[in-house]
Amino acid sequence: MSSELQALAADIPDDATIVVPPDYSGVAMAATLALIARKARNFHLICAPTSGLQADLLIGARAVESIETSAVSLGEHGAAPRFNAAVRAGSIHVLDATCPAIHAGLMAAEKGMPFAPLRGLVGSDLLRYRPDWRLIANPYDADETVVAIPAIKPDVALFHAPLADREGNLWVGRRRELMTLAHAAKATFATVEAIQDTSLYADEQTAAGVIPALYVTRIVHVPLGAWPLGLWDRYEADGAALARYAAQAVTQDGFTAILAAWQERLLQGVPT
Amino acid sequence: MKAATPDEFLIVAAARLLAGCRHVAVGANSPIPAGAALLARALAGPTMRVSLLGSRRHNFFTNGGVELFDCAAEGRIDAFFLGGGQIDGQGNVNLVGTGAYPQTNVRWPGSFGAPFLYHFVPRVILFRPEHSPRVLVEKVDFVSAPGPAPDDRQRPGGPRALLTGMALFRFERERGRFRLESVHPGRDADEVRAATGFAYDQPERVPETTAPDAAVLALWRETVCLELSETYPRFMAPRFAGTGPSLVPADPA
Repeated sequence: MSSELQALAADIPDDATIVVPPDYSGVAMAATLALIARKARNFHLICAPTSGLQADLLIGARAVESIETSAVSLGEHGAAPRFNAAVRAGSIHVLDATCPAIHAGLMAAEKGMPFAPLRGLVGSDLLRYRPDWRLIANPYDADETVVAIPAIKPDVALFHAPLADREGNLWVGRRRELMTLAHAAKATFATVEAIQDTSLYADEQTAAGVIPALYVTRIVHVPLGAWPLGLWDRYEADGAALARYAAQAVTQDGFTAILAAWQERLLQGVPT
Repeated sequence: MKAATPDEFLIVAAARLLAGCRHVAVGANSPIPAGAALLARALAGPTMRVSLLGSRRHNFFTNGGVELFDCAAEGRIDAFFLGGGQIDGQGNVNLVGTGAYPQTNVRWPGSFGAPFLYHFVPRVILFRPEHSPRVLVEKVDFVSAPGPAPDDRQRPGGPRALLTGMALFRFERERGRFRLESVHPGRDADEVRAATGFAYDQPERVPETTAPDAAVLALWRETVCLELSETYPRFMAPRFAGTGPSLVPADPA
């Protein structure tokens, strides 16, 4: 593991509220392993709007105290075993949400608004367990009730992107939720596949997909930093590794073994 | 031509329910609904758009994960598929788990965008291959997404149909109940009744679900199933190897 990656992990303190993207949108897996290696604790994890392997790993490594999410699943590889075990044991606090509510909370935060109104949730049991989601009258139509979703203001946004430049700008293309994450969070930590010498603003075509350095706290160069998850058009998820995880992590011992193997892999600098 | 496999039968039956749609969206981890949407598009031609979450090629959104929901709220999505660990007779859907929340006995992934999409998308197809009393229950343990109240005029969206491995139901909104529309070949109405945990209506004579037409099946096998494998390589792999039984996902969502 590079010292830069260790420094990134050290800069994300215990007890932090961390927002992460879903498995298909650029997950900083190497950084996640670095957080686990430094025995991070008591995170409040916000999944924007879902998570999979990353949340399951952090939960299995006892780094998560509470999680706000619309779902945790390994997708085609089935249920998230450590998440499910933690729910059964009551060892994590789950704030069950729905995707548009998490998007709305983050978008309220990026605009500096106290809340965002959302339609279409009335009648769901989610509302019964989310006292922070309040029913309010539509001020423009007395017949309508809408839900007020409070702003979600994470301490840290953490994700993996294809490209950065020397000025600290990040390129995320059309994955605009990453931009919302960076706008909403107080600090943004990103790992990237590559860092280019030319400014991302030199070409309007790349400039359109840039998170400006203004929002970005730290960038670390980590090739294949999303492994074993994939990264958009850059590389596919490692299906065999994910299948192995889904099978082994059903027990805590199996989880510990596969986590140790992945930590070892990272220490040795594989696959860079 | 070889007869349709159970998966192919469901893909063709689900595609039929999408006729006339301009934009069909399919959630993550839903290979059969995704196959149905791609097949419906191949049959409809350029008038139909398909958005598959988790796909790069079949995803034209450029405004991040929220765009799907913005689209739905503005009436730009006509049909969506929704699974369910439990589905009840009022059309309530549970994607969270069984037993007393929050420490559920069985925990499923979570509600995803279901409550919002169920509210806004006019033609939601409930899809669950497993047809059993543990899935089709009298009352769900947790309402992720509520079925529509018969008198709710403000809500544009809700269930249109429920397709299982055994039968096809229509949801009759004015009655707030399902009506058995047809049973798949080899099944009968009594068997469906015994496997269904909720009460529903049915005609005196229940017809058989139409079997896939040879031309449609050929279109699927020769063209569309290749498109699906880009998004679902694991689901499709055994088909190309010529092995393997139905790979209906165990994951209820």
